[in-house]
Amino acid sequence: MPVNEEFKPTIVAFCCNWCSYAGADLSGTNRLQYPANVKIIRIPCSCRLNPMFILRAFQRGADGVILCGCHPGDCHYTTGNYYARRRMTLLFSMLDFLGIERERTRVEWVSAAEGAKFAATMNEFSATIHKLGPNRRLEDLRCRKD
Amino acid sequence: MQRVGVFVCWCGSNIAATVDVEKVAEVLAKEPGVVFSTNYQYMCSQAGQEMIQESIRKYNLTGVVICSCSPRMHENTFRKTCEKAGLNPYMVEIANIREQCSWIHKDKDTATEKAIILGRAAIAKVHLNAPLTAGTSPVKKRALVIGGGIAGIQTALDIADAGFDVDIVEKEPTIGGKMTQIDKTFPTLDCAACILTPKMVDAAQNERIHIYSYSEVSSVRGFVGNFKVTIKKKARFVDETKCTGCGLCTEKCPQKKVPNLFNLGLDNRRAIYIPFAQAVPKVATIDADYCTMLKSGKCGVCSKVCTAGAIDYQQKDAFIEQEYGAIVVATGFNPIKLDKYDEFAYSQSPDVVTSLEFERLMNAAGPTGGTLLRPSDGQHPHTIVFVQCVGSRCDDSKGKPYCSKICCMYTAKHAMLCREKYPDTDVYVFYIDVRTPGKNFDEFYRRAVEEYGVHYVKGMVGKVVPENGKLKVQASDLIGNQQLHIDADMVVLAAAIEPDKSARPLATMLTASMDTNDFFTEAHPKLRPVESPTAGIFLSGACQGPKDIPETVAQASAAAAKVIGLLNKDHLICNPCTATPDEMMCNGCSSCEKVCPYGAITYIDKEFRGPNRTTLIRRVAQVNPAVCQGCGACTVACPSGAMDLKGFSNKQIMAEVDAICR
Ligand SMILES: Cc1cc2nc3c(=O)[nH]c(=O)nc-3n(C[C@H](O)[C@H](O)[C@H](O)COP(=O)(O)OP(=O)(O)OC[C@H]3O[C@@H](n4cnc5c(N)ncnc54)[C@H](O)[C@@H]3O)c2cc1C
Ligand code: SF4
Ligand code: SF4
Ligand code: FES
Repeated sequence: MPVNEEFKPTIVAFCCNWCSYAGADLSGTNRLQYPANVKIIRIPCSCRLNPMFILRAFQRGADGVILCGCHPGDCHYTTGNYYARRRMTLLFSMLDFLGIERERTRVEWVSAAEGAKFAATMNEFSATIHKLGPNRRLEDLRCRKD
Repeated sequence: MQRVGVFVCWCGSNIAATVDVEKVAEVLAKEPGVVFSTNYQYMCSQAGQEMIQESIRKYNLTGVVICSCSPRMHENTFRKTCEKAGLNPYMVEIANIREQCSWIHKDKDTATEKAIILGRAAIAKVHLNAPLTAGTSPVKKRALVIGGGIAGIQTALDIADAGFDVDIVEKEPTIGGKMTQIDKTFPTLDCAACILTPKMVDAAQNERIHIYSYSEVSSVRGFVGNFKVTIKKKARFVDETKCTGCGLCTEKCPQKKVPNLFNLGLDNRRAIYIPFAQAVPKVATIDADYCTMLKSGKCGVCSKVCTAGAIDYQQKDAFIEQEYGAIVVATGFNPIKLDKYDEFAYSQSPDVVTSLEFERLMNAAGPTGGTLLRPSDGQHPHTIVFVQCVGSRCDDSKGKPYCSKICCMYTAKHAMLCREKYPDTDVYVFYIDVRTPGKNFDEFYRRAVEEYGVHYVKGMVGKVVPENGKLKVQASDLIGNQQLHIDADMVVLAAAIEPDKSARPLATMLTASMDTNDFFTEAHPKLRPVESPTAGIFLSGACQGPKDIPETVAQASAAAAKVIGLLNKDHLICNPCTATPDEMMCNGCSSCEKVCPYGAITYIDKEFRGPNRTTLIRRVAQVNPAVCQGCGACTVACPSGAMDLKGFSNKQIMAEVDAICR
């Protein structure tokens, strides 16, 4: 599919409450810009992310999904992000198998002090998704509202 | 369907400058279930809050969405606002349109559009919110300290000082830990006993402290604020209430050949013993492995000489049940066993000793009365070689991967004390690096080198060979780039330290976590260093990682402060966003229990109605809401989708996803 000039990707960012959500807040406090098509959903810990939520997002027309959690060793619940990492690795291989570009999903560790990293990550991720173009493979047209 | 009210905040111009707040309120008013939608300059102000409360009453709102700053800022404020108006505080959702919208976007249309979508997501979520009640659980106002070393003693003293009862459970016959065996302490060289024994006495005399010596914890049930603990008081065959500690029995006992473990086997004691003169409690204990009376029923000398009538050969282990609000682990450390280190001839020659043995050999109350003598022939050693990092910072299976932290300093201390007491001795220290981060530590080490003339050699000792009463030491000098051969009289090995062997079974009982080296892990390595991840369990001293005395005491007091804070509360408010299993779907597979970092999940057998009026008994998961911290790990681990998290349920999160993607 040719890259549409008007293409505004829909990107869902799951952020754990303790580090990454605070990191996102910090990039706001510091007025660091990133594209408006990134929308954040707050979850208590990265380990709350059920891979099903990612599939759901793709099914509903998301073009990219990113999970942000505390750095390894810093999870508020000690081990949550290790579980998250393992689960995401499994999901990646499944998405590979389905032929969904690997770059559409990503895991990043962003601490509460890394406002700049959060913004940079989102800019970069959004650019990547832009290059990949709209995601149609998993989208369920029956779910479209228009 | 909920009756939702939407409140869009301007935050002065912080939001209103880049987001068309009026439009946001207008568009969101058309969302399903929204019965009222408005915007206002400062929602968090008194007037703003009153407006929210009025609207709740006027429109009978069952859900509230506030489009404002980050929930990390004002979620609690708005929850309280709504609660005062009679709405359950958990029926409030915040759409973060400041930090995550107006502050990062410049174009007003884009920002407005995004704010609307974020508002929609919050509305979609609030429709699925359920009223939650934060439960409370009572706090038992008593603390348990496991381990009576300097860490445990300090923690207990501080807790007792604040007016709470505290019990110390110590597995040895006396409290005091490793510090009782140490001679002098770096970096000030004051005598360990002089600073420790007064604290031991304080602990013994404090009305609020009860010491269970020669005791162990045998089971722990319950959770923060409400632990039920069984303490096993091991039979010591002496009635503690009668024994006066006169010590007559320990002189008359005919069984003289018992290795004295307090002196690390460097001399012998009797079968009935008091570990050392200042022991607390000062009560005799019979070593059942050596007592002839207990083994063959023949002897009874101690019973005959005891004028207090304290000896009781029939004594049995006693079990005591007690309830606690908080538990502090202070089980300390031990030097590792050196039997795998044949190259240093530790097992071949009595003149190769560990640093802790060396402390006893230098100690006025030790086996040699404080005169440094070779264990083999009782002669003064003239050349002493110290080897650092024995088993520390090792990548092989013999040793430990970490730095034991205290050895550099106590080796400098030993070398210095040797040179001070016996200026004619030659003292060598072999090291990988000398690590002296600590107040006055580097100065201390430099004094050893510069004032006391200790020969510090960078390099490792390759081999120690006992030969003709000497110890032939082969070593490399990395800076001089040469091989050294030293004829030493004594070799002292700075053995790595490791957690007490009883720590792992204890951690299992407490559902506290440990690292791969069996040190207890803290709730957060930087911000919560004295709490274990398990609520109500605190860490004190070397059980959490290698530590010297100043650090141990600092952590002990910090742990006490945390305990006092907890015991000061009558009730604990529990986080209501906890996991709950759907019992109809749960098949008792244990997947959730395995990932829960807090041990919040247990299983019960429950009756269910089966077909044709039968009853089925099934094992189902049960989450203790007082223990669950709401991370959600279990919800994803559950293969049958039975486990869900209140406040962040699968449906709620998917509703947000749908709202964002549509
Ligand atoms: C050779 C040597 C020299 C040292 N010199 C110095 C020095 O000069 N200056 C300095 O600052 N530090 C020195 N240290 C370090 C010092 O010994 C420690 O910092 C200190 O002892 C740590 O105290 P603790 O209470 O954490 O542990 P410990 O002293 O080990 O006390 C732990 C206590 O818990 C008990 N216990 C263990 N498991 C259980 C259980 N399951 N149930 C009940 N009770 C249990 C043990 O019996 C012990 O009484 C030295 C250490 C060594 C090895
Ligand atoms: S949500 Fe986390 S803390 Fe609560 S039961 Fe599940 S795994 Fe344990
Ligand atoms: S993982 Fe799910 S099915 Fe298995 S025991 Fe836990 S709640 Fe029940
Ligand atoms: S709390 Fe941030 S990853 Fe667990």
